[in-house]
Amino acid sequence: MSFIPGQPVTAVVQRIEIHKLRDGDNLILGFSIGGGIDQDPSQNPFSEDKTDKGIYVTRVSKGGPAEVAGLRMGDKIMQVNGWDMTMVTHDQARKKLTKKGEDVVRLLVTRKSLENAVRQSMMH
Amino acid sequence: MLSHNTCTVRSAHGPKATFSPERRQVLVQTGQGNQITTRLLRPVGKSKRACVRARVSSGLMFDNRKPLERILSSCAASYSIHSGYSHHSNRSRGSNKQSERSSRDRHKSHSRDSSSRSDKNVTISASSAQPQQPDQGSAPTDAQDDNWGETTTAVTGTSDHSLSQEDLAGFGKETEGPVEKLNCVRFLPLALILALGLLVLVTPLSFLVLPQLMWPERLQPCGTACEGLFLSLAFKLLILLLAGWALFVRPARASLPRIAVFRALLGLLTLLLLLSYWLFFGVRILDSQDENYQGIVQFAVSLVDALLFIHYLAVVLLEIRHLQPCFSLCVVRSTDGETRHYNLGQLSIQRAALVILEHYYKDFSIHNPALLTAAKSRAAKHLAGLKVYNVDGAGSDAATAQSRAKIAAAARQRDTSHNELYYEEAEHERRVRKRKARLVVAVEEAFTHVRRLQEEEKKKPPGDEMDPREAAQAIFPSMARALQKYLRTTRQQHCHSMDSIQAHLAFCITNNMTPKAFLESYLMAGPTLQYTRESWQTRQWTLISEASVTSPLRHGSEFQLKSSDFSLVVTSKAIPHLKLSEEYVHPKSHKFVLQLQSETSV
Repeated sequence: MSFIPGQPVTAVVQRIEIHKLRDGDNLILGFSIGGGIDQDPSQNPFSEDKTDKGIYVTRVSKGGPAEVAGLRMGDKIMQVNGWDMTMVTHDQARKKLTKKGEDVVRLLVTRKSLENAVRQSMMH
Repeated sequence: MLSHNTCTVRSAHGPKATFSPERRQVLVQTGQGNQITTRLLRPVGKSKRACVRARVSSGLMFDNRKPLERILSSCAASYSIHSGYSHHSNRSRGSNKQSERSSRDRHKSHSRDSSSRSDKNVTISASSAQPQQPDQGSAPTDAQDDNWGETTTAVTGTSDHSLSQEDLAGFGKETEGPVEKLNCVRFLPLALILALGLLVLVTPLSFLVLPQLMWPERLQPCGTACEGLFLSLAFKLLILLLAGWALFVRPARASLPRIAVFRALLGLLTLLLLLSYWLFFGVRILDSQDENYQGIVQFAVSLVDALLFIHYLAVVLLEIRHLQPCFSLCVVRSTDGETRHYNLGQLSIQRAALVILEHYYKDFSIHNPALLTAAKSRAAKHLAGLKVYNVDGAGSDAATAQSRAKIAAAARQRDTSHNELYYEEAEHERRVRKRKARLVVAVEEAFTHVRRLQEEEKKKPPGDEMDPREAAQAIFPSMARALQKYLRTTRQQHCHSMDSIQAHLAFCITNNMTPKAFLESYLMAGPTLQYTRESWQTRQWTLISEASVTSPLRHGSEFQLKSSDFSLVVTSKAIPHLKLSEEYVHPKSHKFVLQLQSETSV
């Protein structure tokens, strides 16, 4: 998941569709995010490249909508409903995820195992 | 080695022994009725050799140097004795004389185990001949004991290497050196300086006075200008003399091996100046009998000006030039490796040595030879362990081959002396700490007995008033024993005499010091200046240097300062040229951001 500055970022992504759960007045997704361009990337335990300032999934609550949809801890979120998540601040990412009007969020996430799987299938 | 057998110990004097083959013991009864049980450590039957281990029933330890008779007869302490003696079949006849022999040189294979114990052991070997009186410490040789060497067990822990109290007490006193006889050479520089000073004083005055004396009628009178010149001459001369006195007429700090180059040069320069002025005076003024008195006075004033400038040169060369540090000198004491660093300017080697010695007396802790004996004994043991025999006849390279063989063998050998060292040091540390604790408590208690008399109490009739010395003498006995034991454990007892301790105690009491302040000079080894003059041991130093001692210090120059017991090895390094650059920081440029690691749940 490393990137070369100036070049488009390429990654193998998985489409995940999460249906928000209504909990009283709130709509919850069931996971936590960390990262952002205003945060310190070296503290990120999930990133391979410690200068990666993307948004990462730091916790997935058990049985929640995110886990059901297939989101895993350590995933890097590339897009939320078409909005880019690779160069946003932490707060912007949170806002994009928690829009009150939307019931469904469609994420594009990437993880290392996806790349490995694709590479392995290409080798055969 | 610990298989026990019985043996006979019988002696013509004092102890009588009974032999009991059934019991594996021998009972030796001494004159005073104490029983000594001895156990043989080797089978006695067929071999002629036996080792006896004896223990006094009272359980005290005994010094191993005394002959057996004294040990057995006085029984002042218990001891453990290893003895080997020849055991003949007709032993029942014998007055088997037992004489002690310390045989630390003759080690056996299992001797290492016994020597690793810190017991004091003695080897007693009996000769079947009957010398009537044993010698004090030496052992009469056993004629019949051909193979006593094999069965004699080892011996002597530390007693052979420790110094007795008398030896140590003599340490401080031996190298007092010859009494300072009046050395005329010491005063030669001072005499020369005084002579030069006198010449300097006399010359301008004589320049002024001589024309007045020799041709007074022809001199032109000069008015106020001359008077002004007289005044300035007088004051300049006064200032010159005072400055010269301040700079040059000082008691010599030390006698250096070679002349001080700068001083000699300056003296020569002054002399040259004076001579040239006299020459001019003689030729131009005396011979031609110049009438212009003002000119003569100005001549004299110019001389004094020149002399003042020479004095300025002297100040710069002698005092100021070496203030800026250029070299860093590393001084290492050869006996215990204590190291200090000093920064000096550009000095000659002899002057640098002088400065270092002045610092030595205040910075280095006092040289204590008693602390070095342990290392020497270890070194002796390393060397004594191996002997090389040349079986193939003498070769030309025998020496180097031997030494190499020794080194190789020593490397292969599994040496457990490090183990010994570790435990010895741990034990010593523990002992020192125990003694220190006792000492601190004793001193604190002693100090509580003394109290300063308050002002109002002084007016009342004196009950038991004492001055500090008496007060010190009064409380000293309660702490004397603990202090003496502590000093003995840390091997400092020769540095402090009873008088000095009492004087120090009186000093502390006078100045309201706490017990801790009093003890500090005994707990830590202080610099040499702190102790009385007797323990300084030397004021005679030898400068050993490859370069000439008047040559200036350079990077990498080395020299040694040798005294009678140790030497100081000095190496010099130039202080590197430091490059300082500047970075300007705007006062408003300090801005900070917080780094957050927030995790939001969505």
